[in-house]
Amino acid sequence: MSVAWANEYKPGGPLMQWVDERLPIPRLMYNAIGGGYEVPRNFNWFYNFGVLAGVALMVQIITGIVLAMHYNSSIDGAFNSVEHIMRNVNGGWFLRYAHMNGASFFFIVVYIHIFRGLYYGSYKAPREMVWLLGVTIFLLMMATGFMGYVLPWGQMSFWGAQVITGFFSAIPVVGEPLRQWILGGFAPDQAALTRFFSLHYLLPFVILGVIILHVWALHIPGSGNPTGVPVKTKEDTLPFHPYYTTKDGVGLGVYLLIFVVLTFFAPNFLGHPDNYIVANPLSTPAHIVPEWYYWPFYAILRAFTVDFLFIPAKLLGVLAMFGAIALLFFLPWLDTSPVRSGNYRPLFKKFFWFGLIPSIVILGYCGVMPAEGLYILLSQIAAAYYFAHFLIILPIISRIEKTLPLPNSITEAVTGKPALAAA
Amino acid sequence: MVRLGAFLIGLFMAGWLMVSAGVTTYEMITEPAVETVEHKFHKYPKAVSFAHDGLFGKFDNVQLQRGYKVYAEVCAACHSLNQVAFRNLAEIGYSEDEVKAIAKAAAVPSINPETGEPATRPGIATDKLPSPYANETAARAANNNALPPDLSLMTKARGNGSAYVYSLLTGYQNVPAALPKENRPGQGLHYNPYFANLNIAMAAPLADGQVTFDDGSKNDVKAMAKDVSAFLTWTAEPKMTQRKSVGWAALIFLIIFTGLAYLSYRQVWAGKEH
Repeated sequence: MSVAWANEYKPGGPLMQWVDERLPIPRLMYNAIGGGYEVPRNFNWFYNFGVLAGVALMVQIITGIVLAMHYNSSIDGAFNSVEHIMRNVNGGWFLRYAHMNGASFFFIVVYIHIFRGLYYGSYKAPREMVWLLGVTIFLLMMATGFMGYVLPWGQMSFWGAQVITGFFSAIPVVGEPLRQWILGGFAPDQAALTRFFSLHYLLPFVILGVIILHVWALHIPGSGNPTGVPVKTKEDTLPFHPYYTTKDGVGLGVYLLIFVVLTFFAPNFLGHPDNYIVANPLSTPAHIVPEWYYWPFYAILRAFTVDFLFIPAKLLGVLAMFGAIALLFFLPWLDTSPVRSGNYRPLFKKFFWFGLIPSIVILGYCGVMPAEGLYILLSQIAAAYYFAHFLIILPIISRIEKTLPLPNSITEAVTGKPALAAA
Repeated sequence: MVRLGAFLIGLFMAGWLMVSAGVTTYEMITEPAVETVEHKFHKYPKAVSFAHDGLFGKFDNVQLQRGYKVYAEVCAACHSLNQVAFRNLAEIGYSEDEVKAIAKAAAVPSINPETGEPATRPGIATDKLPSPYANETAARAANNNALPPDLSLMTKARGNGSAYVYSLLTGYQNVPAALPKENRPGQGLHYNPYFANLNIAMAAPLADGQVTFDDGSKNDVKAMAKDVSAFLTWTAEPKMTQRKSVGWAALIFLIIFTGLAYLSYRQVWAGKEH
């Protein structure tokens, strides 16, 4: 965002001036994450998670590149090569545990980042493109995470691949050929493992590219803020550096502390023991469970137990699971309330905290439990709420809701006094 | 248009899910879930503590060496340990000469350099521990069609693995009278409530006094089971001690880093209301 009062880049010395005149990368960085980017002064700690997500991706890319140097993508060698990394590669156990838990932490920070956006209405005009690119990143992450989980070629890797590629076979007519085309065979085998490895290496860089677009799109209107009131005067903003670089530094420290606790003291807490058994196509595990970050969507898939006319329940489940994410693309046009922040939307706030959040928590819980009795019932009710929340409730409340009065400016909201310019 | 379409789709999704919820409720009432026999008789691993437990836990090498002895004299008759090389035994306190001697005593698969026929040779330190059977078919043929699993990663491949192995080894007992007939162990199977389906093909492997330890340590079933569970925890995660000590270093570094970051944040933001 280039506001009128934004500082202009001044080269620090002759070398930087020489570079800047020929390729203005120093200027670009200064205006993107330096003193030249003016940011609302009232960010709370939830606004740290965008930067943390970027850090999490870099951790994954760096550990992943080194792991790939030692990994063997053959069905006979994959499992043993992972154990080779754990036992014989210098620091390999650390790289592998950091990568394994790093994936989970990437999803944790991205989920918090998404819910921050949902609560503060970050998806609304003029930031729709930021949101659309964000949902795209989320989809790419899910694909990358799934393919990465297949690579160790343990029991859950194999059977997870079997179940997830099985979704495609629910599509009428082309489903089964499509599944075979994706896998390169009738079941996960060498062809599938090699292509998953190739794509698992590629997609993080695609994610990186979309992140650049995401940040670019963000810098056109500039960052939102917890009041949802747009920036009006210089008083409302602070330069990104040093204010938010120091604040993000604190967030990064706390994030890494939690990451380190799990990686070094409970590295397998988020994993499944069955993945320490080498893949065996002849022995199906008692419960096939995906990684925790897919649980809510897995629960939605399994919530559909009754055929609708000629549409089989399985197809409905698959459509609903993808639909649960796809509907996020339409969110900017479903929620038409001109007020962005949930803080000033009493009705929205109630449905957010007592409807949406519990329904997703319940779905997550049901996703890891066996598909039977009460768990199915709970996931059906929670999934019904999830769809109703976005597709029915949000459009209606944004029409009927009486919103609270908004502050005149960010500065007024922060200091309780009217902004100087207005006085 | 978007909102009308969304409304109709939302109505269908939520509506059909509620219909399905009704069907589920009806089924739950008409066909209440019956607790499976496995669920009713299955037991969670016993509470047992090891030297390597906890945030500061370290492997007890003396115990691991006893555990190795139990493995070598009992388990190794049927179970491989194919992720472990003889040289790794140096990590649990065996000297270089001892490692070489242990390796040399083992027969490692090889080929006869003259004829190319399969043969064996004395092991060297860099060899992996040889498997008791040449292949899966041989293993099944010798074990009533059951396959003794590789034990390298067993304690990570089961929930609460160290306690699981200990409980399984000490958990053989008489079949309870209440156990339905179809769940009773068949030919070549043995009742063990710590095993997933209650009936395990392995007969109770340990008997009191079976292995004699050089240092005269206790050698009843419980003591040997504990030693071998500790040993298998090491085979599954030989870098555990190192992992924890690096973890503490990283934690201390990050606490200082976060503290400094917080102070500079306070300094920079001093006087700024936000």
